[in-house]
Amino acid sequence: MAKTTSKTAVSDDNLMARALREGFYAALVALGLFILFVGLKTDQNILNELILVQRWGLLAVFVAIAAVGRFLTVAYIRPFLARQKVTDVVTGLLPDSVATRFFRMPALIVAAVIAVILMFAGETIGAAVPAALAPWVTMIRAFAIIYVLAFGFFYFRAYISAHFNMLALIALLIYPPLMVYLFGFQGSLKYVDNFGIQILIYVMLAWGLNIVVGLAGLLDLGYVAFYAVGAYSYALLSSYFGLSFWILLPMAGILAGFWGIILGFPVLRLKGDYLAIVTLAFGEIIRLVLINWTAVTKGTFGISGIAKASVFGIWSFDLAAPNNFAKVFELPMSSAYYKIFLFYLALALCMLTALVTVRLRRMPIGRAWEALREDEIACRSLGINTVTTKLTAFATGAMFGGFAGSFFAVRQGFVSPESFVFLESAIILAIVVLGGMGSLVGIAVAATVMIGGTELLREMTILKQVFGPEFTPELYRMLIFGLAMIVVMVWKPRGFVGSREPTAFLRERKSVSGSFTKEGHG
Amino acid sequence: MMTKDPILKVEHLSMRFGGLMAINDLSFEAYRGNITALIGPNGAGKTTVFNCITGFYKPTMGMITMRQKAGKEFLLERMSDFEVTRDAKVARTFQNIRLFSGLTVLENLLVAQHNKLMLASGYTILGLLGFPAYKKAAAESIEQAKYWLDKASLTDRADDPAGDLPYGAQRRLEIARAMCTAPEFLCLDEPAAGLNPRESLALNELLRSIRSDTGTSILLIEHDMSVVMEISDHVVVLEYGQKISDGNPEHVKNDPKVIAAYLGVEDDEVDEVIEEIEHIAPGGTL
Repeated sequence: MAKTTSKTAVSDDNLMARALREGFYAALVALGLFILFVGLKTDQNILNELILVQRWGLLAVFVAIAAVGRFLTVAYIRPFLARQKVTDVVTGLLPDSVATRFFRMPALIVAAVIAVILMFAGETIGAAVPAALAPWVTMIRAFAIIYVLAFGFFYFRAYISAHFNMLALIALLIYPPLMVYLFGFQGSLKYVDNFGIQILIYVMLAWGLNIVVGLAGLLDLGYVAFYAVGAYSYALLSSYFGLSFWILLPMAGILAGFWGIILGFPVLRLKGDYLAIVTLAFGEIIRLVLINWTAVTKGTFGISGIAKASVFGIWSFDLAAPNNFAKVFELPMSSAYYKIFLFYLALALCMLTALVTVRLRRMPIGRAWEALREDEIACRSLGINTVTTKLTAFATGAMFGGFAGSFFAVRQGFVSPESFVFLESAIILAIVVLGGMGSLVGIAVAATVMIGGTELLREMTILKQVFGPEFTPELYRMLIFGLAMIVVMVWKPRGFVGSREPTAFLRERKSVSGSFTKEGHG
Repeated sequence: MMTKDPILKVEHLSMRFGGLMAINDLSFEAYRGNITALIGPNGAGKTTVFNCITGFYKPTMGMITMRQKAGKEFLLERMSDFEVTRDAKVARTFQNIRLFSGLTVLENLLVAQHNKLMLASGYTILGLLGFPAYKKAAAESIEQAKYWLDKASLTDRADDPAGDLPYGAQRRLEIARAMCTAPEFLCLDEPAAGLNPRESLALNELLRSIRSDTGTSILLIEHDMSVVMEISDHVVVLEYGQKISDGNPEHVKNDPKVIAAYLGVEDDEVDEVIEEIEHIAPGGTL
């Protein structure tokens, strides 16, 4: 007995020593990596001279995070995870899961009390404490609320996962009124527009690209081109010919789909990496045409003053129009009505995309797309014309990109080639991959996490407390974004939803594990 | 059993890969309602012949004529691979199994009925709008799939991913999938490769029932002589891209040229070998 105890003690010592050593190495690696990126910064001084700004404090924070993180991982997290897998000899059960331990009733009560107190008395407390501490109060409130909400989700997790689609739709439908109720018309703008509409646009785009990449397995790096075609179709046709949004929305989709076919014809003979590079080039060509064809597109200045959408021509959101929405209903003037209308419009377009995608998957063409992703040669041996099948996938995906583009133009009221750079394609593709190729729910979640997360980072002024007042979180959002992607891809290599739902079944619908599906070869 | 109505006529077929003549002036016929076996040592050009027939290769020279039951003729060497299946009704399987591993067994069989369903769904548009004609066609296609699942004894695994099946079942599924394209002529590339004796027997049963129930003619490449001699009506033997023997199994297995090809002797030694064999086992089998 004594022997085993001493043995554990020795191994504990060893563990600590190893954790300290690895923490030290991690610190060295972080120092080496970040010394030039973070520690030193080139800047211009007032005389326009290039000077070197030294940021040793920030560098120290980075290095400390790496060292402490590594130390904690080796010393505590890994042994903890290992213990989680060991069955209790007495009860024969695995230990309680982390989540069950995290969500305990006493903790809920504490969190709820803190949340309620700070909700009602937060202002006074914030005013009472020193100014530097005020953001912390807000943060504690936010954490308490998040904990209570997360507890609710955890408690009802079985019900939520069973009825996810319906619940998500209800949540989306009540989202704008809820935001208006919580923050007032003006205050809701940020949440409805920056979060809501922005995320829905990306959901729409990612669902469109999902048809090309997720179902048909064709790697398209220039998807943003179709987004641009849709946006410019709306912007140009509306400002030159004064056509309404409701005519131009389907037209933009059709035009983008048409471009999908035009680009697709020469490109789809290529496979894999070659296809990816050529689609990338096409995406850039479209953007360069938009920049340089100044007579039509006004080049980098972009097209501004794009007409707003109306509620089927019945109510307008133009201030000057006699049938202005606010005037008709005798409401105070605010841009929030238009944004809320756009939110529901985007939601309707998303639902349309989802509906069409779900139905297409059960059509012969949808099955042929997935079969194409699995094995192109087998497809041909079954009499499937792979060229037209690929073209339809390309065109359908492009069409949804076109819808999203025209919606983007109507929401911004301004389009310029700036909005259609390669990074956009990459982000949309990242959402599709992160969500799990082929899965609509996974992609919607990924879009919410990625777009909502980056937007949220802009709001995280609290990080200034950690990294110092000069820290601007939005500058680091791509770094954090990349880090989050790596973590998700290591944790779930096939994306959030890695399995695929079969489109037909004889006895029972079993989802197909991600280890059987292929990514496609182009 | 030997009907003399040719379904497939291969005439003066040659296929050159750079300096290599993989097939050299090959002519043979496959008869309707027959199981024709194409055999030969490794590298004899059997799979190349297959790829020429099914449109995956364009032959350098020669003519391949497919004559359907209704009398319609197709020149396969002029058609691309998917047209060979879609229009000429020639289906094939592959030596290295090519299933849609991430699709379920049932979905594999539904993909094979693509062209029929495409038409029924009005090229997707009518189907998308929920027209009843498509729903009916979809239900029929599932019935068709069920029929072949039953034939290939895969009904229990219908909702599992195809990649999850054991090897023998994958072979059977590939044949069932090819049959779902409703072919008149079925080309099987080594269907018995890697099967154990029991699975091999089941395969023989499946092929026989395909021939008798659907009237589909079969051309198969096979190394397993037990399968070839057991089920084929007609055997064509290739060596170095040329036909060395052609006839019923009995004839072929006693053909000295075939024996020589399989045992690997020089041409001028063939006579010696024959003598030797007749000496050891008069009228013996290969």
